[in-house]
Amino acid sequence: MNEEIFKKVTAVIVDKLGVKAEDVKPESEFGNDLGADSLDRVELVMALEDEFEVEILDSDAEKFAKVADVVAFIEAKKA
Amino acid sequence: MGKLTGKKAIVTGASRGIGLAIATKLASEGADVAILSTSVKEDLAAKLSAELGVQVKSYACNVADSETVQSVFKQIIADMGTVDILVNNAGITRDGLLMRMKDEDFDAVIATNLRSVFLCTRAVARTMMGKRTGRIINISSINALHGQAGQANYAAAKAGIIGMTRSNAMEFASRGITVNAIAPGFIGTDMTAAMDDATKEKYAAQIPLGRIGKPEDVANAVAFLASDDACYITGQILGVDGGLNA
Repeated sequence: MNEEIFKKVTAVIVDKLGVKAEDVKPESEFGNDLGADSLDRVELVMALEDEFEVEILDSDAEKFAKVADVVAFIEAKKA
Repeated sequence: MGKLTGKKAIVTGASRGIGLAIATKLASEGADVAILSTSVKEDLAAKLSAELGVQVKSYACNVADSETVQSVFKQIIADMGTVDILVNNAGITRDGLLMRMKDEDFDAVIATNLRSVFLCTRAVARTMMGKRTGRIINISSINALHGQAGQANYAAAKAGIIGMTRSNAMEFASRGITVNAIAPGFIGTDMTAAMDDATKEKYAAQIPLGRIGKPEDVANAVAFLASDDACYITGQILGVDGGLNA
């Protein structure tokens, strides 16, 4: 996993979900572990689009279960 | 001190009629106001700023056009620093009996009166969600609740606003953003001046409070819904109609 992308993703998650950075782990689930509701997920996706300058389709975003899924998606987009 | 001191408001269709009364009232309660209209009204903005001691700035915006709304709202939010209150007031009429109503008359009214509410609400949603507070007030019409011959397009758009108001209220509730609609009755403006005398007389005779409404009557209700006093009210349709809908 790309550490730099993970750090940036973590910063966005901390900002949007109001969680502590140490609680954001690759295996953290957005719903169960990070307490994100559907609006949080939308805000998070829009913030990620801005941060990484990528477009994230709803069909892609639906597949984001845990933090590592997002990092892998961004890695693939940026590759 | 006004009850909206320090708030930042956006009012669409604000150059005259009900929209102008709303912008004036919000400004008189201490809010800085971005007034939107089809063309820039610098003199009007300067006059309101000087008279009321707040920042009032005019922007030209075709509220039915997605790209325009996105760019203008981005500019407004940058200029004001944030947005606390959105009043979706812009509206037009293209009255005519349905059998003779042209496609473009239907489409124009839906675009300006209904699509604009979607576009402008979306353009402020992110900022308000981030703040965990916000006030969205949509101007519907009594003709969304009652039929009115010759207004198939207008009534459909205004009824659509009511559905959108309730849905958006549900969607934004968890973020402290309230969404309400006002359904004005017969208010004396340029728009109603275009109605024929027979229709006007028929309406006036039916108003329980015995008079045609003033734009300020609507503006006062908007100011209340925009204030902290209304923080527990969302998803409501408030008639400001002299009792027409009682």
